[in-house]
Formats: sequence, structure tokens, C-alpha cells
Amino acid sequence: MDETPSASGRSNGPALSPETMKRAYRDMLLVRRFEEKAGQLYGMGLIGGFCHLYIGQEAVVVGIGLNMKQGDKSITSYRDHGQMLVAGMTPRGVMAELTGRSGGYSRGKGGSMHMFSREKEFYGGHGIVGAQVALGTGLAFANKYRGTDEVSIVYFGEGASAQGQVYESFNLAALHKLPCIYVIENNRYGMGTSIERASASKDLSRNGEPWGIASRKVDGMDIFAVHEAAQEAVEYCRAGKGPFLLEMETYRYRGHSMSDPAKYRQRSEVEEMRRTRDPIDTLKAEMLRSGIEESVFKDIETDVKAIVADAAEFAQTSPEPDHSELWTDILVEA
Amino acid sequence: MASLILMPALSPTMTEGTLARWVKTAGETVSAGDVIAEIETDKATMEVEAVDEGVIGKTLVAEGTQNIAVNTPIAVLLAEGEDASAADTVTRSADPAAGASVAIETPADPGIVEAPEVAQAENDRDWGETSEITVRQALRDAMAAELRRDEDVFLIGEEVAQYQGAYKVSQGLLDEFGEKRVIDTPITEHGFTGMAVGAALTGLKPIVEFMTMNFSLQAVDHIINSAAKTLYMSGGQMGCPIVFRGPNGAAARVGAQHSQCFASWFAHIPGLKVVAPWSSADAKGLLRAAIRDPNPVIVLENEILYGQKFPCPVDEDFILPIGRAKIEREGTDVTLVAFSIMVGVALEAAALLAEEGISAEVINLRSIRPLDTETIVRSVKKTNRIVSVEEGWPVAGIGAEICTVAVEQAFDWLDAPPARVCGLDLPMPYAANLEKLALPKPEWVVDAVRKQLRD
Repeated sequence: MDETPSASGRSNGPALSPETMKRAYRDMLLVRRFEEKAGQLYGMGLIGGFCHLYIGQEAVVVGIGLNMKQGDKSITSYRDHGQMLVAGMTPRGVMAELTGRSGGYSRGKGGSMHMFSREKEFYGGHGIVGAQVALGTGLAFANKYRGTDEVSIVYFGEGASAQGQVYESFNLAALHKLPCIYVIENNRYGMGTSIERASASKDLSRNGEPWGIASRKVDGMDIFAVHEAAQEAVEYCRAGKGPFLLEMETYRYRGHSMSDPAKYRQRSEVEEMRRTRDPIDTLKAEMLRSGIEESVFKDIETDVKAIVADAAEFAQTSPEPDHSELWTDILVEA
Repeated sequence: MASLILMPALSPTMTEGTLARWVKTAGETVSAGDVIAEIETDKATMEVEAVDEGVIGKTLVAEGTQNIAVNTPIAVLLAEGEDASAADTVTRSADPAAGASVAIETPADPGIVEAPEVAQAENDRDWGETSEITVRQALRDAMAAELRRDEDVFLIGEEVAQYQGAYKVSQGLLDEFGEKRVIDTPITEHGFTGMAVGAALTGLKPIVEFMTMNFSLQAVDHIINSAAKTLYMSGGQMGCPIVFRGPNGAAARVGAQHSQCFASWFAHIPGLKVVAPWSSADAKGLLRAAIRDPNPVIVLENEILYGQKFPCPVDEDFILPIGRAKIEREGTDVTLVAFSIMVGVALEAAALLAEEGISAEVINLRSIRPLDTETIVRSVKKTNRIVSVEEGWPVAGIGAEICTVAVEQAFDWLDAPPARVCGLDLPMPYAANLEKLALPKPEWVVDAVRKQLRD
């Protein structure tokens, strides 16, 4: 779809057109700058409770997003801001939900971990680790029930892969051949517990094998690799062949949440990842190699900064929800 | 323009901290993500990362300074090309926090906000001709009627299709509606309940059958956290039209894990509706209403009642409103409030009391949440006494709620303290004689009423 003769070629994945690379760069940068700003607003006390940042994992959601079409559904856990932006939800609406204001997607009643968009087919934003896997399987069930070729993208961490309902879901999805792409975002740490200490299964991409679920292990820091794997998975699901499992080897630079002192890993490990495998730097280097001008990046940076500044401004000036909101949306009027 | 770096809050509870160490100092260039300092919070030592790129103009707080309030400026960050002197002229207006000074109203005393009145639908319509059918038939007819009426409705659960239902409630449905809409699952409550809730969030209308409600505990996270709360958490965007149904309460000789009432558990949850039919008419009318309801509804059935026959309207459109109780027997001396199989016990008790010249009014709640407090209170104001009858345990049970309603809303009319008749506060024993001792019987109700009249 994006392959053109003039496009950049890499051994790690298929070629992407200059336009697609620019879009990917812009989207990844938007997620990163958005999250940095969210971290800052949290520090200022404007965002409360729990706030889990996506910084470092941008290639996963952006690379998969390149392969989604109108009607495809997605769902994830509480590290959800990146998924929402890629689903097409507005930075203003997401940031205003983080600050608990009426301009937020849930009008201030959901917060960082609980945000949804019916319009953009984004089904949350779930605070219970693993719950989104069974729910996401249900999104795929609905696609099949309605006879569409839409797919459901279900994101979860390697930590959630220890939950029993993940395997109940695998079984159901395989039995019913549901168009469900399970994306394990393996960022190595479930809160403070490393994958080595949490999983006896050493290769999570094989965790769907007993149910015959097709799978790939993917370099989740490389947008080209993510894109290529996602393309294969999406085509497989759209063709009605059943679920697909993608293990994305990725990394989060920040703590589990804002209040994580990160004493379970060496600072040098984080720095090494940032220096050598950063998904945004990697893509930029490839784009420069393919002849894209430095000025393009400056323009994108300026553009993204303005969007994020606008979102932050909106999130601080949007009024708090009216007291009457306390009692709305508990039940749908029958 | 130069900007201030502020002391960040690094946990939901942090109000101040200690600047343990500067990692970057004046004159050093930083990019977004670089660690600039280490801060000791109330919980741990944490690193502070730069949000913007620039050059540290100067630091405003010395290493080791304690009790620095959140949002205090700790350093000045110079933008590209700015001179260090800009650090001295930077004012609070350059502070990103300045834009955050929107008044955050927190009323000192928000007071008690009253829940809006639940709209009450017409309950007492005469549906005309009836025929005697079992509760089992009534439930099946309700599902068949709604499956015919709406393509988005489907039934899912263990043994609901080929086996025709573990208790034969779904008999014939697979033949009529096919395997797309009557779906057998593996023994995987957590998984299939989550899957059904996910499908419901897209607008499909699943009926989830639990072989017994005991197994709903395997799936309770999805019922409470996923189904009941998503509408609220999504600001009204995403409702969950789903029914969770199955036999609830004690059956016969199946022991502790299969004999318990979940009315109190589920009635506790805002965002759920809970109904508990007694008769065939209750079963048919309430289940149809539950399937059409755009919210998650728990239907608490009863295995012993499945085989019992009651008159049920034959009208094809027959349906009952959720949230309305039914007065099964009128009386003047005491109000007996019951639901599900205990309605029968209350009616038997009323017959025994009548022999003693005591006139008992029997209310069949039909709906546990919302609770028809209006009917309860009106009755108590007439009889001046109330006894709740339930099979479930006493502590924090439905009876506790009913008695509270009577005390709160009809205190001046009460001639005796409200009383509760409940299942005994213990796990259900297996032995036939012990099991019998554990469950409420009409005599217990009669005793409770006698005590109220005597005192």
C-alpha cells in the first residue's frame, strides 16, 4: 500500500513512502510531546491520581495505526494516551480528561485510565489489568457477528499476559476464528517486576501456540518492523483466518506511573535504550538517509509543539464539570 | 522565552519534597527527557526529567533544600539563543503554571446531593387472558420473543445450545435461532462474560446465562468494573445493554458453594439493575424488560421455581416494568416484603397469620435495584409494621435495606421495630436436616409478626 519505487528500503521491514514516514514521524512525536506535557501537568498538580506515560513505546501504536481503517476497533489498558491519539481522538479532549475538566472525552468523569470514543471506535482505557483482553475479544466477536471485515486491536502488557482471562480469550477467539489482533507490548517490566521474574514462558510470542494462534515477535522500537508485522496480521484477520498475536519488544522510558521511583532497573539501561534504539530517532535517521530535508523535521516539531501547547491550554481553561454531572450517565434512560 | 522549572508533584499525595541533587547545572544544555535533578518525595527518591529543550540558566534552589512546596520554581530554562541574563528577568508570567490558575471550585460542604427520582412505569395494567405455565417456560418464551424481535440479541453460556440448557431453560432455542445466536461456550466464565460485555459495548445485546449465579463470581470483575461503570466513565458515550441471568440461591442439597443469594452483592452496585422474579408472569415480563433495557440487568432466577406453574398473560406484548413491586396479597396489620422464592413463604405465612386473625399484606419486590420504596412505604403507613423475608444472609442484606427504608421514610407510622427474617448466617450445610434448619420457613415469619404484635 505504501510501497513505491522511490521509497526507502530497509532490511528490517518493508519500504514506506516518504509521506507515510512523515506521518509516522509526526504521530510518534505527537505522542511523545503529549506525554511529556502530561508529565509536566502532573508535576504541577493539574493531573491527579494515576498517570501512566507511553514514552518510548510510540512505534508500536503508530506502526499498527498505519494499518487500521475506518471501523477497526481498539482497546487497551491504562497506558492509553498513545492509543487514543492514534485512534484520532483530539489532543484537547484527551488532555482535558487528564485534568478532569468538562472538555474531556468523559467530561471529567473517567480520567487518564478511563477514556473512550464511540466515534473513533476506541473502547478504553481500562484500569483492570487483563480485562481489556476479554473485552477486546468481544469487540472482535461483534465484528464477526455483524459480518464486517473490521478487526479489533487488543493491546496489553507482558504483565497482563499472566492473567488467566488472557488465555480464556485466546481459546474463545481461536474457537470462533475472531478477527482479533492481540498485541503484547512487552516493555520488560510489569510495574516493578521484570519479565524474567514474572513469566515462566520465555517467549511470549508463543503463548498462543496451544490454540494454534498465528504469531510474530517484533522489534517494537522499529516502526518499519511494526508496520510490516501489523500489515500481515491485519490481512490475516480480515481474511477471516482467526486471531493473530504480535509480541512487540518495546521499552518504556518513564516509570510505571508518575509515582514510580524506578529502582528496579539501572538508569544506564534506560539511557542505552534511548541512545541506541529510540523509535523516533531511528525513523528520523532513516528519513534523512532517504533524502528528506532537515527542515521537514523542524516544521513537524513546530507543528506538534503548537498542538500540544493548545491542548494543554485547553485542558487548563476548560471548566470543571458542573455539579449536576455527578448524577448523569449512571444508567441509560430506558 | 525563558521559563521556570517547577518543583513537580511525583505522586498523588506529594505536597512537598527535598531537592536531593542537581544532575544538570547552570550552563548545561538539556533536551526533553534528560534527568535534571533528583527529588526525595514522601515515598521515594525520584528523578525529574526536563520537558523542554534549552539551557539551564540558573538553579534557584540549593541541593539538600528540604520541604520545597510543589510548584515552587527550582530553575530557569533558557530558550535557544537566549542570554543567561534572561534568567534574571524571567517572571512568574513565563511560568507555565500561570495559565493553570483557573479557579478550581471545591465547595467547603458539597452537601447531600439527592439522586433524581426514578421514573415509575405503569405496573398494574390488566393483560387479560392467562394460561398456566412453568417459570422455565416463561423464561424460555421471553428469550424466544426477544430473539425474534431483535437481531442484535443473542444467548451465550455453558450448555445453552446443544444440551438445551443445564436446567432446560433454553430448550428449542438453538433449533429456532441457530448457532450464530445461541452459543455454547467452554467453561470459562471470566472469558465469555468479558467477551459478551465487549460485544455489548458495541451495541449488541447479549443474554449471558450462568449455569448458576454462583459461577458469576468468576466473572464478577466484568459485571461490576466493565459492564456497570463504563457508561459513567465514558461520560455517557458507551452503554452496556446486557443481561446476566441464572438460578440464584439455594437449590436442594447442593452444599455451600452452590447455595447462596447474590441479591445483596449486585444490588450494591450503581450502574446495575437487579430483578428477582417469583411467578411465571414475573419471569416472562421482567426478563423481556431486562433484554430490552439499555443497561446491564441481573436476573436472579431460582432453580426450585423453574418447575412451578403460575398463570401468565398470553398477550404477545406482555412485559413488566423494572422497578415496580407487586402487592400479592392485601392486608392491614403487617407488611411482609419478599422476593423470589420467599414470596411463596411470605404468602404461606400470611395464610397462617390469617388463621390467627392477623391480616398481612405481602409485597413481591420483583425488582431489587431500583427498589420500589414507594410501594413499601405506602404499605407500612397503612399496616404500621414491616417484616422482610429473604433467603440470603442477614448481614448487609436486602432486609437491612428494606428495614432502613421503613425507618427513614415511615418512622412515625411504625408501631414496632422492623424485623428481618433471613437465611442463617452460615455456609449452607449438605445434610438434609441441617439444610432445612438453615432456610427461612413460614413459621419464622409468623413468629416475627407475633413478636411485633406482642411487644
